[in-house]
Amino acid sequence: MILSVRDLQVSFPVGRLMNRSAILGVAGVSFDIAAGETFALVGESGSGKTTLARAVNLLQPISAGEITFDGKRIDGLKGAATKPLRREMAMMFQDPVGSLSPRVQVRDIVTEPFRVHGVEADLRAEADRLLSLVGLSGDFANRFPHQLSGGQARRVGVARAIALNPKLIIADEPTAGLDVSVQGEVLNLLNDLRERLGLAMLIITHNLHVVHHVADRMAVMYLGRFVETGETEAIFQAPAHPYTAALLSANPEPDPDKAKDRISLPAEVPSLLARPTGCEFHTRCPWAQSRCGTEAPAAQGTDRRIACHFPLSPGARPPAVQETAS
Amino acid sequence: MTVLSIHNLNVTFSTEGGDLHALKDVSFEVPERRIVGIVGESGCGKSTLINAILGLLADNGRVSGGEMMFQGRDLSRLSPREMTALRGPQIATVFQDPMGALNPVISVGRQMTNIQYRSGLSNAEKAERAVAMLRRVRIPDPEAALARFPHQFSGGMKQRIAIAMALMMEPALLIADEPTTALDATLEVATIELLQELQAQIGCSVLFISHHLGVIAELCEDVVVMYAGEVVERGTTRQVFNSPRHPYTERLLDCDPARQSSRTRQLPTIPGEIPDLRARPPGCIFAPRCHRRAPVCDTPPPDEAVQDGHKARCHMVTP
Ligand SMILES: Nc1ncnc2c1ncn2[C@@H]1O[C@H](COP(=O)(O)OP(=O)(O)OP(=O)(O)O)[C@@H](O)[C@H]1O
Ligand SMILES: Nc1ncnc2c1ncn2[C@@H]1O[C@H](COP(=O)(O)OP(=O)(O)OP(=O)(O)O)[C@@H](O)[C@H]1O
Ligand code: SF4
Ligand code: SF4
Ligand SMILES: [Mg+2]
Ligand SMILES: [Mg+2]
Repeated sequence: MILSVRDLQVSFPVGRLMNRSAILGVAGVSFDIAAGETFALVGESGSGKTTLARAVNLLQPISAGEITFDGKRIDGLKGAATKPLRREMAMMFQDPVGSLSPRVQVRDIVTEPFRVHGVEADLRAEADRLLSLVGLSGDFANRFPHQLSGGQARRVGVARAIALNPKLIIADEPTAGLDVSVQGEVLNLLNDLRERLGLAMLIITHNLHVVHHVADRMAVMYLGRFVETGETEAIFQAPAHPYTAALLSANPEPDPDKAKDRISLPAEVPSLLARPTGCEFHTRCPWAQSRCGTEAPAAQGTDRRIACHFPLSPGARPPAVQETAS
Repeated sequence: MTVLSIHNLNVTFSTEGGDLHALKDVSFEVPERRIVGIVGESGCGKSTLINAILGLLADNGRVSGGEMMFQGRDLSRLSPREMTALRGPQIATVFQDPMGALNPVISVGRQMTNIQYRSGLSNAEKAERAVAMLRRVRIPDPEAALARFPHQFSGGMKQRIAIAMALMMEPALLIADEPTTALDATLEVATIELLQELQAQIGCSVLFISHHLGVIAELCEDVVVMYAGEVVERGTTRQVFNSPRHPYTERLLDCDPARQSSRTRQLPTIPGEIPDLRARPPGCIFAPRCHRRAPVCDTPPPDEAVQDGHKARCHMVTP
């Protein structure tokens, strides 16, 4: 395994002096990523995906759990000790332009990892090589971030992430805001590197079509926990957790005449300050039964893990919809 | 009736390497009470178009030709002051990041009453309208929500609040630039449904930009396809999605991973790049990447009508 995460928790302090408390942004998750494997993280906005990615990359202190990278425990590493790690584990951020400094030219942005890690290289040639790898012509080297379109900025982000041939890339929404062709290029590029260099990938995205095509395995997050994990194809074929089923059914299709068969959820997302009792999804779950409000389901299974008292059978429809249909 | 009519719009940025022609002869209409989508390659000029409409082009950019008629007035001829008066009450915007529209240190209620400063309503009436609007976008417990600050809401709720603020003054036109990109699929669908509902209630028009072709298919009645700063095809969403006529549109639709029925690691792409916009070729702008290119393509293609309201800028298109 290139990456093993066990019972990871991240808490954030909230409130002011008198009524200080903490929320769990990541509430205990475990997973493994093998060399060359692509692992996707999907789930609700605010469910803790970015926080988890930042924790794995040691950009965010953890409050419990273990992180093992390439056979070595890395949780707890600080300051200079994290430096070698950042060569091997590259992070691509969600906000491409925001993560690029406005006054620095593209040439310096893509070759920054060489300078940070003191790697000797012909930076001019490296900039050209990296830019052409991501499909940008050489004259982009002289541009500033505000002179790039959203897609161009993203490619610059990919170029920087792959500069030092990392073993693991953590990509947070690597293709949000890209057109489908450039999105394909970026994903093919990452796939290419995966095949050539055995690169493993942790990819976070709201685009379920992308997950379906590129991820070997996936995890579905809700309120900081994994509610379902397993082989991507198996989960898409037959989602077993009700939240997964609702999420996958919401995926908009590029066909104006396509019939929609959605499992809709109440919009109210519970607050992390007041987590629901029992199964934390019971306040929105169309299949919830009385037991769900009191008893928290433990994740069952090995390859395919599902945290639900009543996993769905393939093609299950919410009870209310079945009533109106009959 | 059309709310917005763009005719032969040209926008130029001056750059070190010379003038960059970001929009060239862009023409399309946003009819009253209709939702019009814009799709196109990253860097094709969608944000530039919006900024031109809003009078917010970067300092090195200018409208170098054409007109943008909004309620009988050409937006490119209005003074900055007149534009400021239009932005918000008449032309409202929602962007990908709701925090661009929300002030982190002012309560949601204050912000929602502040934007009604021109309404002439009393404070109590303004608060009432704010609550009603929050209820419409399905923020739970809207009275209590007024006292809360933006960071106390989730991303999806912040986007709903941004939509509530944008539609508060019942604008004639809402411009939405990738408003659902940062949302998960369930929230994305909920937000689309919400926009549809509010648009019908308020009777405004919407100009909606997204790279998510599924979202466009679901939400928009008309669609405008842009490539390298030009409108290459437009029509109803059904016309364009079901029978695309411009080669770029065909390729774009083919590239959607949603249309790949079996799982593949190698996703389809359109080989090649957008040409350097500082040196536009005299003929068809898509020619270097086009699979149907012919000698005639070295001359500018006509804006050929396929059928009622469906047009494509290509030599090979016949009615
Ligand atoms: N620095 C912080 N202080 C307090 N709370 C935080 C902080 N950072 C994140 N959170 C909270 O932790 C939770 C998880 O946030 P995170 O950004 O990881 O979600 P996400 O799954 O990446 O969401 P999205 O899909 O919208 O990007 C959210 O409720 C968020 O408000
Ligand atoms: N201020 C500027 N100076 C010079 N060139 C610019 C400027 N702003 C944009 N451009 C260029 O104009 C073209 C259009 O950019 P624009 O941001 O409008 O694209 P877009 O369609 O919104 O792209 P995306 O989908 O990636 O957001 C791009 O080639 C971009 O590099
Ligand atoms: S345990 Fe109950 S509430 Fe939770 S997901 Fe399963 S059925 Fe729904
Ligand atoms: S005009 Fe010619 S090159 Fe241009 S899109 Fe049509 S066929 Fe292709
Ligand atoms: Mg995130
Ligand atoms: Mg843009």
